[in-house]
Parts: sequence; structure tokens; C-alpha cells
Amino acid sequence: MSTTTALEQATRFEAVIGLEIHVQLATRTKMFCSCAIDFGGEPNTRTCPVCLGQPGTLPVVNRRAVEYAIRLGLALGCQIAPSSQFHRKNYFYPDMPKNYQISQYDVPICLGGELTVATDAGERRVGITRVHMEEDTGKSLHVLDTTSGVGVDPAEGLRVTRISDADYSLVDYNRAGIPLLEVVSEPDIRTATEAQAYLTELRAIVLALGISDAKLEEGSMRCDANVSLRPVGHTVFGTRAEVKNMNSVRSLGRAITYEIARQTDLLTRGEPVVQETRHWNEATGTTSTLRVKETTEDYRYFPDPDLVPVQPDPAWVDELRASLPQLPAARRARLVESLGLSGQQAAGVVGAGLAPLLDEAVAAGAPAAEAANWLTNEVTAWANERGVEPAAAPLTASHLAELTALVADQTLSKKLARQVLDRVLAGEGPPREVAAARGLAQISDTGELERAVDAAIAADPAAAQRVRDGNRKAVGALVGAVMKATKGQANPALVNELLTGRLTAPDG
Amino acid sequence: MTPLTRHSAMGLRQLLERREVSAVEVVQAHLDHIAASDGHLSAFLRVTGEQALAHAADVDRRITAGEPTGTLAGVPLALKDVLATRGIETTCGSKILESYRPPYDATVVRRLREADAIVVGKTNMDEFAMGSSCENSAFFPTRNPWDLERVPGGSSGGSVAAVAAGHVPLAIGTDTGGSIRQPAAFTGLVGVKPTYGTVSRYGLIAFASSLDQAGPIARTVTDAAWLLEAMSGHDPLDSTSIPEALPGLRGTLEAGVDGLRVGVVREFLGTDGLQAGVKARVTEAIDRLAELGADVVEVSLPHAVYGVSAYYLIAPSECSSNLSRYDGVRYGLRCDGSTAEAMMAATREAGFGAEVKRRIMIGTYALSAGYYDAYYAQAQRVRTLILRDFAAAHERCDVLVSPTAPTTAFRLGDKVSDPLAMYLNDVFTIPSSLAGSPAMSLPVGLDDDGLPVGLQIMAPVLCEPVMLRVARALESDLGFDPAPRGPNSLTEVAA
Ligand SMILES: [Zn+2]
Repeated sequence: MSTTTALEQATRFEAVIGLEIHVQLATRTKMFCSCAIDFGGEPNTRTCPVCLGQPGTLPVVNRRAVEYAIRLGLALGCQIAPSSQFHRKNYFYPDMPKNYQISQYDVPICLGGELTVATDAGERRVGITRVHMEEDTGKSLHVLDTTSGVGVDPAEGLRVTRISDADYSLVDYNRAGIPLLEVVSEPDIRTATEAQAYLTELRAIVLALGISDAKLEEGSMRCDANVSLRPVGHTVFGTRAEVKNMNSVRSLGRAITYEIARQTDLLTRGEPVVQETRHWNEATGTTSTLRVKETTEDYRYFPDPDLVPVQPDPAWVDELRASLPQLPAARRARLVESLGLSGQQAAGVVGAGLAPLLDEAVAAGAPAAEAANWLTNEVTAWANERGVEPAAAPLTASHLAELTALVADQTLSKKLARQVLDRVLAGEGPPREVAAARGLAQISDTGELERAVDAAIAADPAAAQRVRDGNRKAVGALVGAVMKATKGQANPALVNELLTGRLTAPDG
Repeated sequence: MTPLTRHSAMGLRQLLERREVSAVEVVQAHLDHIAASDGHLSAFLRVTGEQALAHAADVDRRITAGEPTGTLAGVPLALKDVLATRGIETTCGSKILESYRPPYDATVVRRLREADAIVVGKTNMDEFAMGSSCENSAFFPTRNPWDLERVPGGSSGGSVAAVAAGHVPLAIGTDTGGSIRQPAAFTGLVGVKPTYGTVSRYGLIAFASSLDQAGPIARTVTDAAWLLEAMSGHDPLDSTSIPEALPGLRGTLEAGVDGLRVGVVREFLGTDGLQAGVKARVTEAIDRLAELGADVVEVSLPHAVYGVSAYYLIAPSECSSNLSRYDGVRYGLRCDGSTAEAMMAATREAGFGAEVKRRIMIGTYALSAGYYDAYYAQAQRVRTLILRDFAAAHERCDVLVSPTAPTTAFRLGDKVSDPLAMYLNDVFTIPSSLAGSPAMSLPVGLDDDGLPVGLQIMAPVLCEPVMLRVARALESDLGFDPAPRGPNSLTEVAA
């Protein structure tokens, strides 16, 4: 039976997915020169003769980048090659200063590891084929000239297009030569959810190691997905498409889901999947052809004669192994076991990089579960709104411990505590000071509340009468009036108690 | 009295130290000589007289003030135009870099400036160091001072012509497959290709990275040793630079050859196409070594004959990648095109000469998927075999000797249309390049046409001291006069 017939007859397909993830390393200097890595500079100001590919210049390997590669390799359980090599990947493109990229090829620094990811269907182990080092390229801007009669509004600024259609191109080499690690997974992933879990976990590991800021939105972590389908039960791979341009965990999930549906549709109709690179469009939620690979591109790889093999001292590798921080999986397990967090809370705290803060807060007396909730809800939301890392929030462990203590002794209601935390995050000081300065402490003084309760009853005699008549729900309106009168600072439980007491007691 | 332009570098240093002459006078004399006679030779692509005189004046001031000066203080020097010089046009003999001014100095240039050598100009060369006659320069050919109708050899043709003519006592050349040694042989000079990794390649514009090595060109062995000491040394900017320093060279120069074992490479001296005059002078020189007390034996480098084939795969492969950066985007020539790709293609089409394009195409082919193993990888295996041949030969011999080139200087135009014949001129020099070991050419006399013949002396890695010691002993015994002479020489024509 031919494969085609098998495909035609198959009604159910499974996806085979492998991910290639580029991680931009947070080293102080570039991969092969001493230019500082400093984002946001004017174009072409973070450059030197080496990273501009000036004639006669030579690369020198950044030892810190090698260290970071080894650390990630060790964290993923890879073998660290006693000797690895840099090759030249040759192709012409204006943002490549040398028109070749220095990259590891058949002898990478890390080989064969795995990553265990938690999914709804339980734990899955995804094999890591390799981790290799390479240098980043510059950035091109291919521009349609607004004065060339193509009818572009000059107010829009530069109109960007493809290189072949551009009137002119601009290149910024600030990024050229920044060290990258490429982490290549085995095609072990089967669903969009698993792919998302893998990316999330790898990102958490990278953050725990402190080797990159791993921002998908800003491109310091980039993810390409190779997606193919095959009939369930088959072992031969189908033709794959490589999907690029997903810049969040969410868009990775959406892109894979779309791609699986697209390929399923093709195969079900008996049409072939074309081997190609496809571009994910976040706005339309679809993928489209970027370029078709008719033949494999020939990059004419050969060992870079300007560099010698990377041969890390085994004692150094042992040292790096011994100094690895606790990794996310172990951190989560510890938070569940020793602090009693739920699995979801632990994942939230570790995923946000907030485990060290939680540990300190617990040590300072905060109840773990409550502190974890503040961190995974309010603090994470605050960071997301500002597009910063939650760990960068100006919140100390003692702030968090103080906040939970203020809630516990009823000085603050949950609602007030949220307001206080907002002010703390805005840099106004420790919670107790903020509450005092802003007058946000909860009113539990019975005398003061009784006056407010009397005023509310007097202001709405009809509601009061309904309560007296036995309509318990009517008390809500009166509680609301008291809260409003006290600017939300009244202790709601106490108000309720006072109202009920006043309106159900026999007139006397 | 010997004119300043015929003094050795060491001789000039003595005059300067005794204050019999100033650095400005020395430099001016050489600049005058260049101005008077380079029209016949075309050795220089550009002369940097103003900077040279300023540097010389500074050296004089420091000598007068008793301040420290470098080991080559006041000695004029020429640089092959393959070495990056900050702010000074560096073209590699190519149209594609015609107006290129590097933003930095090559490490070698920096070291030589620190030694207070006075850079008087940049010399002509085969484009991107690809050639054996200097006729592949995109600008003009350089002529041989011994016979103006003949080539000076290549690719360091401008550097040797300048030294032979007395334009400078010292010059820097670069050697990838023989580009220092063959032109030195053609012009009666001492030219040294040091151990790969002893002289920094930072700023040496790459032809073939695993082979390129800069080295000294001089009229005497002592001058060459001196210059090599000044230019070598570990450089953290070059990953292939070896950590060990070259052992001291001048201390053992006069130690003689008594008891040294000298191996005559059988395959080289028995080659078809070896000119009779070359064979005669080389054989006589070897006899003199025996007379001087060396133990002369015959050795074999059985795989050396495959050197040319391996070299013409490895060097073009590396060059095809090294020369990719010349695309008109960042520096050098830019030709218009309707798209970025068309601009790049037009620039490379107009900017590179025929030989460079030939090698880029050979290299691109050799590295292509499906051919890599048959060509590039196979050539690397041959390289390993040649390395083993040398190791075996050096178990029995301190140095190996052979002719530097199969012929003396040929006439301009003789071989330009026959690349293969041109490539075979490097047959004896290529094996040491592939092995990364040091080798040099020493003038050992003239053939019947009155043209210089070079003896190649080869040594194991980092054994420059013994190689130079053999050269010095023979130089002293033979008493070769490096001044060009003969009916068609610069000396006659310019007189
Ligand atoms: Zn740089």
C-alpha cells in the first residue's frame, strides 16, 4: 500500500512538532568582539571593526558566552562536548557583515538532553537534540521611498517592504555579533499545549540560570516551530512546514493550532503539504508562505579557520555543574512540599521568577499561600501592564510580610490591601506607612461605625423597614451606604453585624 | 661611500646610534630614491612621505633628548598593501577596495610603529595576494629591478622590488603558498615565512586564513631576523596566534652549521621543469653547506607532490568565504543596482579581477554540499599526510633544503594566460605552508641570464633560529651581492 493511499484512508492525524529556540545571551560584550551589548543605542553605534566585518579583523570567542552555553546544557542534561567547533554558514544578506555567520554546526557544544514539561495530560519528556552557539545578524529595514510615486503618505514615515521590492535598505549592525544559543528539540511534541509548556519551561530555566532576559515580545528569545502531520499510528514523518514569527507563548499555541488545521485540511482533501517556511501573522491569526525550499539551501559550511576548537577544561565544567541554581521543576516541587502551595500556585510563582521573594517573605513571617496569591495575581498583573519582569517589582519580602499581617489583624480588608499594594508598587513606601499616610486603614472602631450605621438608617428608612420586615437581603443597600460613607474603610463584617443587631432588636 | 639606500637596516641603525646621520636624513634619502626610480618599477601603490618624515623627526627628537626609541628606530620600511593601516588607503591590489581606509592598524603595523620603524609606503601586490607575478594587481604590474622586462614574483612583488631596488632596507610581505619566498628568490633577497601563528594575522586582510602569514623581506639574513623579532609575538586579537614567543633569533645567528643535519628533498631537486641554472646554484649551495660542516643527507616528502592540488582547493575554499564581505554595503566600491542583491552582484562583478573570480568559483564549488568530502575534506587529509612527511623527515634532519622556485624570474606576460603554469611556480613553497612550519628563501647566486636563484630552507615549527642560522652561515660563505645589476636592470636603466 502506498503512502498516498494510506494518507487518503487515514481520517485521523497526529502532529509531529519540533521547536528551534534562539536565546540571546545577556553577556556584557558580543560573541566575538569587545563591543558592549547595550540596547537602545542609535543605529550602528554599538559596533567596532570586528563586528562590522572590516577587512583583516578576526573573531575571538567570548568565554562568558561559552560558560552560559555550558550552563544551559548542564541544566538540560546534555553532554558537554570536550571539543566543539565553529563553522561558517555562508550566505549573502546585507545585515550580515561578513556574509557568513559564525555558528556551530556538526560539532556543537551541547548534545542530547531532555526537558520534562507538565501538560494537562500529565508529564511529557521532550528530547533536546543539541544546544549550539552562534552570532546574531544585524537588522535590516527595506524601505519604499515615499517620494517615488508609490502613493505612500509621508506622515506614515518609512514604509517597510521586502528586500526585492525596496527602493533602499537601511541596516543597523548594533545587534550583529550578539551571542545566541540555539536550542533544538527532538520532534517529540504532539500538541500546541505541549509546545507552549515546553517553551514556558525552557524560558523559566533560562531565567533561573540568569543567562538571558528571554523576552519573547522583544526578540531576545525567538521560537520557530517545525510542524508536520502523519496518520495516527504511523512512524514515518510527513512533510513539514517551518513556522516563524511567534512572539509570545500564546501566539506559539495559536500558530501551531492553525498550522495543524491547515495541514489536516490539505491532507484530508488529498493535497500535499509543501516543505516551506511560513510566516505567522498575529493580526489575522494565519500563516502564509515566506519562502519555499525547493532544495535544501547550501550554506557551504566549513570549519572557521579563524577560530580554534572550544575545549572547556573539565574542572571548569564540574565547577559550573556544582554552581547551577535550583531549576524551576525542583523549585516548584519544593514550594509544594515544604510550603504547601498548590501546583498551580507554585508554577505561577516560579514562572514569574518570584520564588526567592516568596521564600524571603515566608521567612519574614508571611503565610505562604496568601503571599503566593498576592505575587501571582497583583504583582504579576502589575508587571504585565508595564511590560517588566515581576521580579523587577519594587516590592520587598518585608513589604509582603507586613501586608499579610495587616490583613490578618483586620487592619486592612482584602480590597484595601489591594489599594495599599498598588501604592507600595508605586514606590510610596512600606504598607503600614502607606495605609497611614493615605488613611486606608480599616475602621473597626465600634463607636465610629455605630454613628455611620445610624446615619445610613436615617437616610434610607424604607430599606431599614424592609429589613425589619424580615427581608435580609435589603441589608446590603445599607451596608453599601456605610461603606460609601466611610470611603470603603469600614470593616464590612462589623457593619453587617451592627446593622443586623440594630434592625432586628426589639424597639426599645 | 655607500649611499644610505644601500645600507642594511642594521648598518643604518649603527649610523643613527653614532649620530652620524639623522632619521630624517635616512628617510629623505630613501624617499628621494623612490621618487627618482619607482617610475621604472611601480613597486609602490602609495608613498606616505609626509607621515614618514614626521615620524622620523619625532625619532630624532627622542634620540637628541635621550628618550627611549624602538629597536628599529629610524629604519625605513614598506608594507604590503594587504596590511590594514589606520586612515591610509589599503587596497589589497583590488578595485573593490580602491578607496578603502581602514579604521584601525594591523597588529603587525602597530608593533612596527612601536619599534619606531618608519613606514614609507604601501607596496603593490597580486590582487588579494592571489598570484605569483604581481601581474594580477588591479592597478599596474611591478617590474623586477634585476630585469625590468621580468616579473618580481608574487604576490609580494611590490615589497621585494622595493627592497631590491634600495627604496627601503626592509619590507613586510605575506605568504600563503609562497608569496614571500618566491618573489624573494626572484629578486635576490632574504624572505621568511615564519611558523603559522607566530605573527598576528589581525589586520592582515585574509586570502586563506589557515595559511596566511606575514613575514620579513630584507637584503641580509640578520636584517630579516631582526625584523621578525620585532613583528612576532602572541596577540590576543588573533585566536590562531600561538601563546609561545618565538625563541630569540639573533643570538644564535653566527653559530655556524657544523654538525647540523641538512636534508635535501629528493622529489624537489628531481622535478621536471627545474631550470638548469636553478639546479646548478642550489646544488653548489648544498655542497657548500657540507663543506661548512653540515651533515647533508637525502630525504623524501612523498606526499608533497599533492601539495599544489590540495592547496588549490583549501586556499580558494577559504577565499570564497573570506571575500564574501566585499559586497558594496559597508565599505569599498559600490556599483548601482536596482535591488540590494543586484547592487552586490554588480559591485563584485566590477570590483574583482579574473584570478580572484576564478578562485572564488573554485572555492564555492569545492565547499558545496555533495562535493565537500571529495574536495575540501580530501584536501585536508592530504594536508595531514604532508604534515606527517615533514615530521618524519625532521626526525632525521634539522632543516630541509630545496630550490625556492623551479625557475628564475620569468618575463611579464609569459604566464598570465596559463594559470596552471603559474600555479606550478609554487610547487616547492606550498608544502611548508600546508604544514604551518617555517621556511625561507636565501639568494645563492645568479643563473646564466644573470637572474637570482633562491635556496629554500625549511625547519620544524618554531625552529626559526636553526633555519636562520643555516641561512646566515651560507650567506656569509657565498658573499652574494644583493644589488641588482645587468644590462636591463634598474641600476643601468635609471643611471
Ligand atoms: Zn564589535
